[in-house]
Amino acid sequence: MAYDKFNILKSTVVPLPTENVDTDQIIPARFLKATEREGFGDNLFRDWRYDVEGNPKKDFVLNDPTFSGKILLAGKNFGSGSSREHAVWALYDYGFRCVVSSFFADIFKNNCLNIGVLPVTVSAEFADVLFEAVENDPSTEVEVDIEKQTITLVSTGASESFDINVYKKENMKNGFDDIDYLLNIKDEITEFAVNR
Amino acid sequence: MEKKTLFDKIWDAHVVRSVPHGPDVFFIDKHFIHEVTSPVAFLNLEKRGVGVLYPERTVATPDHNVPTIDQDKTIKDKLSRMQVERLRENCERHNIELHDLGSAHHGIVHVIGPELGITQPGMTIVCGDSHTSTHGAFGAIAFGIGTSEVEMVFATQCIMQVKAKKMRITVDGELGKGVSSKDIILYIIAKISAAGATGYFVEYAGSAIRALSMEARMTICNMSIEMGARGGLIAPDETTFNYLKGKRYSPKGEEWEKAVAEWRNLQTDEGAVFDKEYQFDAADIEPMITYGTNPGMGIKVKENIPSTDGMEGSNKKSYLKSLDYMGFAPGEPIKGKKVDYVFVGSCTNGRIEDIREVANFVKGKKKADNITAWIVPGSREVEKLAHEEGLVQILEEAGFKLRQPGCSACLAMNDDKIPSGMYAVSTSNRNFEGRQGPGARTLLASPLTVAAVAVTGEISDPREVF
Ligand code: SF4
Repeated sequence: MAYDKFNILKSTVVPLPTENVDTDQIIPARFLKATEREGFGDNLFRDWRYDVEGNPKKDFVLNDPTFSGKILLAGKNFGSGSSREHAVWALYDYGFRCVVSSFFADIFKNNCLNIGVLPVTVSAEFADVLFEAVENDPSTEVEVDIEKQTITLVSTGASESFDINVYKKENMKNGFDDIDYLLNIKDEITEFAVNR
Repeated sequence: MEKKTLFDKIWDAHVVRSVPHGPDVFFIDKHFIHEVTSPVAFLNLEKRGVGVLYPERTVATPDHNVPTIDQDKTIKDKLSRMQVERLRENCERHNIELHDLGSAHHGIVHVIGPELGITQPGMTIVCGDSHTSTHGAFGAIAFGIGTSEVEMVFATQCIMQVKAKKMRITVDGELGKGVSSKDIILYIIAKISAAGATGYFVEYAGSAIRALSMEARMTICNMSIEMGARGGLIAPDETTFNYLKGKRYSPKGEEWEKAVAEWRNLQTDEGAVFDKEYQFDAADIEPMITYGTNPGMGIKVKENIPSTDGMEGSNKKSYLKSLDYMGFAPGEPIKGKKVDYVFVGSCTNGRIEDIREVANFVKGKKKADNITAWIVPGSREVEKLAHEEGLVQILEEAGFKLRQPGCSACLAMNDDKIPSGMYAVSTSNRNFEGRQGPGARTLLASPLTVAAVAVTGEISDPREVF
């Protein structure tokens, strides 16, 4: 599925410093029963966001009106566990276009890139700088520039560069996905398959 | 000649082309699908107007959300029913082999693949499920993928991935009495942490690994993802060949001889270099159990829950949040804690060997009164064997409830949920918050330890119970 092009994203930030957030927290298994890719945002972080009666839990950041934005600033080892792409669908559907962390789980990172949510890996020190800035001033803006591969704290100009391979970068910038690429080389694939 | 690891050999043989400064176009031999992560892939395929390129390379089974009672009746939960029906329709439309609910080979996808001999050495295998790493036990590259990639495999039998780094974990020596492969992997994960192998593909080696049965090897490879690894694999040997011989999809006759001869080459060359190596001594491993909310939070049953000494900042906060969820305090012993449920099942430990082990140990005993004991076979085949071998009777006499095959309380998508606040000691693979139901508290352990807990009603070291 093609997705929105990603070039420069300037936004306020939602901080979630908890470490080892697994995809079962991002979207619990009981909400994976849909046969279409819609509406997952409602159940994003369901059990941290709502109590058993469905009332919002006040202390969870998504229920805190002071924080909002298209960038989720997450703790270390974000997205571990289950390969469910639904986790990224939920983030996307909720409105996040970028997740920043000092460490991502593998499959989650792949899934992000496949549907157009940019995972930005920063150093642990820079993550701390961002957390502090955002928690002190929720109106803090962060700018992510995919062409330059930089993430910048707008207020101070503090900046760091991040990695992304050239192929994925072009995909993100153009809203392409891997299937477009693969379908274009189908003949090469079917030839390869003869001997497998 | 360049020295290659087993992982290199299989990976390199499946690269259709490499994108400069990008991923490899990676060919997939076998693709497993289930009802939860496939419907959107099928839907998108149709939106693009593309068909399934090699339907014979995909095998399907509904396992994640299915009820584990009354499987012959219509599924009550509407959404679950729709997913299963959608899987049926899609398989029918695209000509994909389906092992449906109630059929002879229905079961958890990672249990039936090996059982049917679909999983073979040297293959590349993917599934929209992170525990696809299970199949690595046969010397295959197997890993979990997202739904976008499921769609790619349907359309082109390829995905695009950057080759992982290589790690080798060697376990030498002999395991002590009462220690099993689940303890090995829980021990390893506790040592290198739940993120310690992120970015790597792991090869497990050493005499302790080679001594394991196929079932036990699958348990180890299964949990590779729980330390962040893309997958894990074990070089094939006689144990592998003996397991595969005569299985439904295994090569037959001359083909078999040819295949085995080729499979024998699937070894890491001596002197091949890994990006990271770990070595462990089997004698150091004892019955393990987790106390927190990720699989890296594991200790020996006899040990105390770690104190917060030396922790600070978000690390300490996350740790305390985790213990708070579990209702445990730092520094206290885990042994003797009261337990409410035990769960034997899942793609980690829902195989016949696991059920034999539990039956063998509870034979003639009774579960404790405070325990609800569920045992869920990984497949119909396992269920059938358990009946034939008289294990079901033994287990039922001990007070266990045998349910029908499926993922069940491993992820609690169906009705098999542990009630909020209750403690479950489980043979499954994840102890995340709410994994076994909202508010449920999960402790992971081996089938043997679970059996010990069932009988005593509290956290126990199996070596002290039997
Ligand atoms: S048993 Fe659990 S871990 Fe295994 S495939 Fe099913 S849900 Fe996933």
